[in-house]
Amino acid sequence: MVLVLAIGDLHVPYRAPDLPAKFKSMLVPGKIQHIICTGNLCIKEVHDYLKNLCPSLHITRGEYDEDAQYPETKTLTIGQFKLGLCHGHQVVPWGDLDSLAMLQRQLDVDILVTGHTHQFKAYKHEAGVVINPGSATGAYSSITYDVNPSFVLMDIDGLRVVVYVYELIDGEVKVDKIDFKKTGTATSHSAH
Amino acid sequence: MYLLCTVGSVYIKSKEAPAKDILKDLVEMCRGIQHPLRGLFLRSYLSQVSRDKLPDLGSEYEGDAETVSDAVEFVLQNFTEMNKLWVRMQHQGPAREKEKREKERSELRDLVGKNLHVLSQIEGVDLDMYRETVLTRVLEQVVNCKDEIAQCYLMDCIIQVFPDEYHLQTLETLLGAFPQLQPSVDIKTVLSRLMDRLSNYAASSAEVLPEFFQVEAFAKLSNAIGKVIEAQDDMPVIGVVTLYSSLLTFTLQVHPDRLDFVDQILGACVTKLSGKGKLEDSKSRKQVVALLSAPLQKYNDIDIALKLSNYPHVMEYLDNGTKKEMASVIIQSIMKNKTLISNSEKVEALFELIKGLIKDLEGNLQSELDEEDFHEEQNSVARLIQMLHNDDPEEMLKIICTVKKHILAGGPKRLPFTVPPLIFNALKLIRRLQNRDENVAEEDTAATPKKIFQILNQIIEALSSVPVPEVAMRLYLQCAEAADDSDLEPVAYEFFTQAYLLYEEEISDSKAQVTAIHLIIGTLQRMHVFGVENRDTLTHKATGYSAKLLKKPDQCRAVYACSHLFWVDDQDSIKDGERVLLCLKRALRIANAAQQMANATRGSGGSVALFIEILNKYLYFFEKGVTQITVASVQSLIELITNEMQGENATPDPTADAFFASTLRFIQFQKDKGGAVGEKYEAIKV
Repeated sequence: MVLVLAIGDLHVPYRAPDLPAKFKSMLVPGKIQHIICTGNLCIKEVHDYLKNLCPSLHITRGEYDEDAQYPETKTLTIGQFKLGLCHGHQVVPWGDLDSLAMLQRQLDVDILVTGHTHQFKAYKHEAGVVINPGSATGAYSSITYDVNPSFVLMDIDGLRVVVYVYELIDGEVKVDKIDFKKTGTATSHSAH
Repeated sequence: MYLLCTVGSVYIKSKEAPAKDILKDLVEMCRGIQHPLRGLFLRSYLSQVSRDKLPDLGSEYEGDAETVSDAVEFVLQNFTEMNKLWVRMQHQGPAREKEKREKERSELRDLVGKNLHVLSQIEGVDLDMYRETVLTRVLEQVVNCKDEIAQCYLMDCIIQVFPDEYHLQTLETLLGAFPQLQPSVDIKTVLSRLMDRLSNYAASSAEVLPEFFQVEAFAKLSNAIGKVIEAQDDMPVIGVVTLYSSLLTFTLQVHPDRLDFVDQILGACVTKLSGKGKLEDSKSRKQVVALLSAPLQKYNDIDIALKLSNYPHVMEYLDNGTKKEMASVIIQSIMKNKTLISNSEKVEALFELIKGLIKDLEGNLQSELDEEDFHEEQNSVARLIQMLHNDDPEEMLKIICTVKKHILAGGPKRLPFTVPPLIFNALKLIRRLQNRDENVAEEDTAATPKKIFQILNQIIEALSSVPVPEVAMRLYLQCAEAADDSDLEPVAYEFFTQAYLLYEEEISDSKAQVTAIHLIIGTLQRMHVFGVENRDTLTHKATGYSAKLLKKPDQCRAVYACSHLFWVDDQDSIKDGERVLLCLKRALRIANAAQQMANATRGSGGSVALFIEILNKYLYFFEKGVTQITVASVQSLIELITNEMQGENATPDPTADAFFASTLRFIQFQKDKGGAVGEKYEAIKV
């Protein structure tokens, strides 16, 4: 069982001062095996914080990131799953599922993780899963009104991935989970 | 003499004669030894040996004629004599050996101090006896001996050895002694220690607090300090600040609700510091920082510190470097406690306090701060800006204007850090205004989206002085989207114009252009407020920029992204299949040209990836029902790609292979869906 944290769009310090305290107390070093970050951290301090949580840190570039060296897209294999990562401002129309599906086909991945819209999303699309972990700080977005801070934790176990989404709503952390199973080249899902 | 003492003590034990007589005799007889060192040791021995034989309350040596007062008298006398001997040591011997003598003396001081310790142990010495007899006599001796070393040590001893309740009750007497001491005595340390002890006493339990009020401890201490400082005109600054620091700690502990006391202390500090100019040495500066940090730590609420009128005045005496340090301390305190600063007056006061971070102070032309530290500093200011909030839009607007005023004076280095957070704070306000009831917004208020957009325009314009065109462009686009949400077409158009101008004139780096164009296309695609003409102009420009990007693949991708500008799902007026097809065909032509170029320059075919991407776009619009995208066009594209991949000049490209494969799988998938979708895809042969 491999725990992968999907997180992004923190926009520290230009749109948010810091991660919510309740999230910070949950994210402890040593528990997570990989972090995939959609981008828009924006400063080195956040990078260092994430690196401290887990040394296996993968980041793609968001349009406000201080470090221009992050790649535009990234792919990695964890267990039986191929994951793709991209901030998402490059995919027009923003947040459009069909266009994101194209990116998924292009990267040839089972799970595509993108951000930019600051809205949590997780669903099955053709032969894969598209996940948007939202904004971990609830930062302002021109695309989404009323952003709740959120992040995603994926538990990858063999051919199955359980996606846990943590959302801070009215001061309380709410957790939801969605199951995905990979069968051959296709994945099926059941939501809880 | 030692033998005599020993015999005496045994005699007391035998009780054949009253203890007090024997003790009196012994203490008198020791006078025979006038040599300081020997005398001290002798008397010390006497003290030791007689300790458990004092006629104390409840002791076996108490009798009708012998009481505690006798015991006290004995010890006091011994003490007095010992002190005299001790002091005499100072004046013995040649002047050049003074240091050696003083060292010797300091080693012996505990002998003298022991007597006080004994006094404190005597059960029968209650508050009254302490107040009337013990303290008076001891202080008398201390003052009269006029010896610096003795006075310093003994005052301290008194404070350490006797209980705090006693000190409180005799505060006036005790404090009264201080001005009478030799000028060279380090009074400030002793006074500070006294105040620290009293602070701890106050902290130990809430029940003792009323005592403090009753004896008006604060007033007495405050006066005493004032007198001491007045008397010692040349006291170094650090001394003054340490004294007031201790008093402040005391006050925060005992009278936390009396902000006027706290302010008074700061005011006294200011008075003493005035005329001395800025603090030079680092110890003083550290002490002032500690002084100013104490209220922050105690109250955990910046509002309180902002109420202290003398707080900023104290800060004036810090040099620029320390001012910045203090500013950082203040910001950290705010961030830690997550306090929101909620009105413009407080913001004004706060920004005055932290002005070292906000702008260059006089005399600080060249900042010695290295870049990383500077970034950290400015990032903390950016975070601070996020903490300014009020639910009332009018007040919030005032706050924004106050911040604007301050940060625009910050200079080009600071603007890239301070402008974005302010803009986003304002955009949040605009969104709140949109949610408000329409009728309420009708009243003659200052806070309307339109007015705020004007202010935003001014603020972003300031970035041109830096310049940071990429950031500015992004901010213009954000504002454009917000204007779109507020249905302000001219405002949105103006923001787009500004963004475009920046793109044309300032953004020349190829990579930056690619990102910029996608942001422009992405934003424009979402706009719904534009009329046909405006939209056409902006779209035309966007496609033009796309086609002029440097690298052919970038051109291709930007152009096919533009296809989305002509087809927006939720806007029926923007569904122009003709233009969509034109875009895609243009993209194809560019892709072809890219292939040919690759053939010519590298001798082999370039990647077919671009074609596959365009095919996916064809499928996107095909599925949306754009009639101009025919099955035939899709089919021919598939064939084109297949040929390219199998051709002689083909370079093996596993990524492209996988992409094509997954695209074909997708088509099959859609066919298998059945229903309307399945029917559409049925005609496509893979």
